[in-house]
Amino acid sequence: MNTVVGTRPALTWAVHIAVFVLVAIWTIPTLGILISSFRDKDQIVTSGWWTALAPAERNIVARAAPPSEAVEENGRWVLRGNVFGEASGSVSAFGISIQRPTEFAPGVTAETRDGETVAVGENGDYIITYPEQPEGERGQRLFVTTLEPPKFTTENYETVLFSEGIGQSFINTLTVTIPATVIPILIAAYAAYALAWMEFPGRALLLATIVGLIVVPLQMALIPLLRLYNDIGVGKSFIGIWLAHTGFGLPLAIYLLRNYMAGLPREILESARVDGASDFEIFRKIILPLSFPALASFAIFQFLWVWNDLLVATVFLGNNEEQLVMTGRLRELLGSRGGNWEILSASAFVAIIVPIVVFFALQRYLVRGLLAGSVKGG
Amino acid sequence: MALSQTSAAPVASETRLVSTLTTAFVTLTVMAAGLAASVAVAVAGYVLIDFVFPDSKLLDAALVMVLGVAACFGYFWASNKLLDTLYPASGAHVAANLTKANAVRPWLFLGPAVIVVGLYLAYPVVNSIWLSFHGPSGETWAGTSNYEWLARDGGFRESVRNNILWLIVVPAATTFFGLIAAALTDRIAWGNIAKSLIFMPMAISFVGASVIWKFIYDYRPAGSEQIGLLNAIVTGLGGDPQAWITVPFWNNFFLMVVLIWIQTGFAMVILSAALRGIPEETIEAAVIDGASPFQIFYKIKVPQIWATIAVVWTTITILVLKVFDIVLAMTNGQWGTQVLANYMFDWMFRGLDFGRASTIALVIMLMVAPIMAWNIYETKKGTK
Repeated sequence: MNTVVGTRPALTWAVHIAVFVLVAIWTIPTLGILISSFRDKDQIVTSGWWTALAPAERNIVARAAPPSEAVEENGRWVLRGNVFGEASGSVSAFGISIQRPTEFAPGVTAETRDGETVAVGENGDYIITYPEQPEGERGQRLFVTTLEPPKFTTENYETVLFSEGIGQSFINTLTVTIPATVIPILIAAYAAYALAWMEFPGRALLLATIVGLIVVPLQMALIPLLRLYNDIGVGKSFIGIWLAHTGFGLPLAIYLLRNYMAGLPREILESARVDGASDFEIFRKIILPLSFPALASFAIFQFLWVWNDLLVATVFLGNNEEQLVMTGRLRELLGSRGGNWEILSASAFVAIIVPIVVFFALQRYLVRGLLAGSVKGG
Repeated sequence: MALSQTSAAPVASETRLVSTLTTAFVTLTVMAAGLAASVAVAVAGYVLIDFVFPDSKLLDAALVMVLGVAACFGYFWASNKLLDTLYPASGAHVAANLTKANAVRPWLFLGPAVIVVGLYLAYPVVNSIWLSFHGPSGETWAGTSNYEWLARDGGFRESVRNNILWLIVVPAATTFFGLIAAALTDRIAWGNIAKSLIFMPMAISFVGASVIWKFIYDYRPAGSEQIGLLNAIVTGLGGDPQAWITVPFWNNFFLMVVLIWIQTGFAMVILSAALRGIPEETIEAAVIDGASPFQIFYKIKVPQIWATIAVVWTTITILVLKVFDIVLAMTNGQWGTQVLANYMFDWMFRGLDFGRASTIALVIMLMVAPIMAWNIYETKKGTK
């Protein structure tokens, strides 16, 4: 295939550029969240994350000291101070009216109609002079544009992990995910073996039913199960959600594993049977180790699905600190902290980092599972 | 499932019936005993450890986790052990014992799966149909009033319209981008890295992706610095900033972008495998005949992978019908973006009307049904 394109350099370049654009579109949104999560929270709201490395321009309104504090110097009444107060910064422009907040360069002396003069230095020091002794407690407003160096911080992560409850939600999500991944694999593996290698009446019908159930929408199951849980007293508990995820994941698991197990060579099984091994032993000692790739594929699917699930967790778990999972927390933050991007971006990143690591580490198995599940007609 | 075995086996004679019933009885007994034994051990373990380390929350969670998995494993071990003790593969009746054990064992293996799937997927279908003819709490008979309400309801109509939009746009766009990405990345040296990066959003939750895209769509009033990428680009080009997710009708498309972004990687991976599976000869023949790369792609390659394209299309279609998290997190159905799955959730949690919610769920089920029937048909054809 490469030869076809290789003969046309222009086309090769077009391909490189097109792929680059695609990759950019598919990674930039995530990158934006990642970069923002490390930025200072004041800088996030004043400049786009793509300018994170450039000094941030900020407009602040400072109020000078009250005119009554002015002291007389050489016939004029003078007020001195710093627009940043205790902090520090660098002034790139200032103004004395709200209409023209960037009228003057630092160091220039501006004059008002009343004969006052105002000067703001680059380091923020201001000097205001009055022709006569001024009165009043309200200081002159100074509009200052500053350039702040880019600030990066891990403070956002500390906030979300320890005071916004993301840390606890992380643990809750783990508690939901691990058993909800292991239990269906175990149950599905036994069932898949029975469907692939054991003879019993009704096998084809059972398999067809299971394949049919793969696509049953979850929405269907929510209300009946919620009612059932309340009736039998399971209520909102981890056991309840493990079993729910097990039930919803099983058809696909059985289907994937059965397809894989049915493809294993018959000779191995038959020679083991001749040697007197029971089905239980054959399954444990031969089939299970040989099916590892398929088990791994499904484990990754189920892990990603359960970790990322919002619907099942919202329905079958409570909204309290001990049970709220990360997706639920994230959704809650979107509602309550809609504009606080430092909280949202750090929270989102904590929520997506585990699946992304799993994804990159085990991509091979994931792809294999996808191909087994889809190309064969699921 | 023991019952289905009874009905599936043709009853030839009375002895046959008796043996089948015996098998069913033994199966259920052994399963129950195995389950009881493993649960008893797990609960005992929990009580014991809880007694030694009282109120440690993290430990509690870890413990319940380990014991839950152990109980599950214990069932298989205990029930099989029990069966082997009941019908030992040695002694006077080896042959008879083996036959009996072999009749029971498949059901021991299948038991938990059949029970769980039956309870969590098959039973709800029946129960939902029943609920759809009942009132809000599911207790009073309501006849067809839920369906009549649905037929006249504006929110439902809006949801159906939006779902149809989603069904047209998302599978088409995803398959299209997936196909382009697959075809292009297969031709370059760094294609695998590119693939990984395009595939990555698959690992991100719908809610996480919603946060990511909400940041892209972020809106500040005109004149102030835009921190959302889309508005920054628009104002950079001289346009006016927009609150994208509130723009009627078009906001649907901004939500669809999120799902397309997530799913393109999936389409790409599968289509790329299919493209690589095309026999080299057909392409070489086309090259010799002087076909251009575009002709090869559209006239030789794409027609050969139609079956795979259909699979990708249907898989995404099913996903789209169930789309919920994105709408809930981005707009919660406001500004004309309601979809069926979220509407159902709304009636379930905020409307607290199980009858109406079940009716909406049934509509989703109905839309999936043709795909379900097709899958079953294909499997039956494949196993015969």
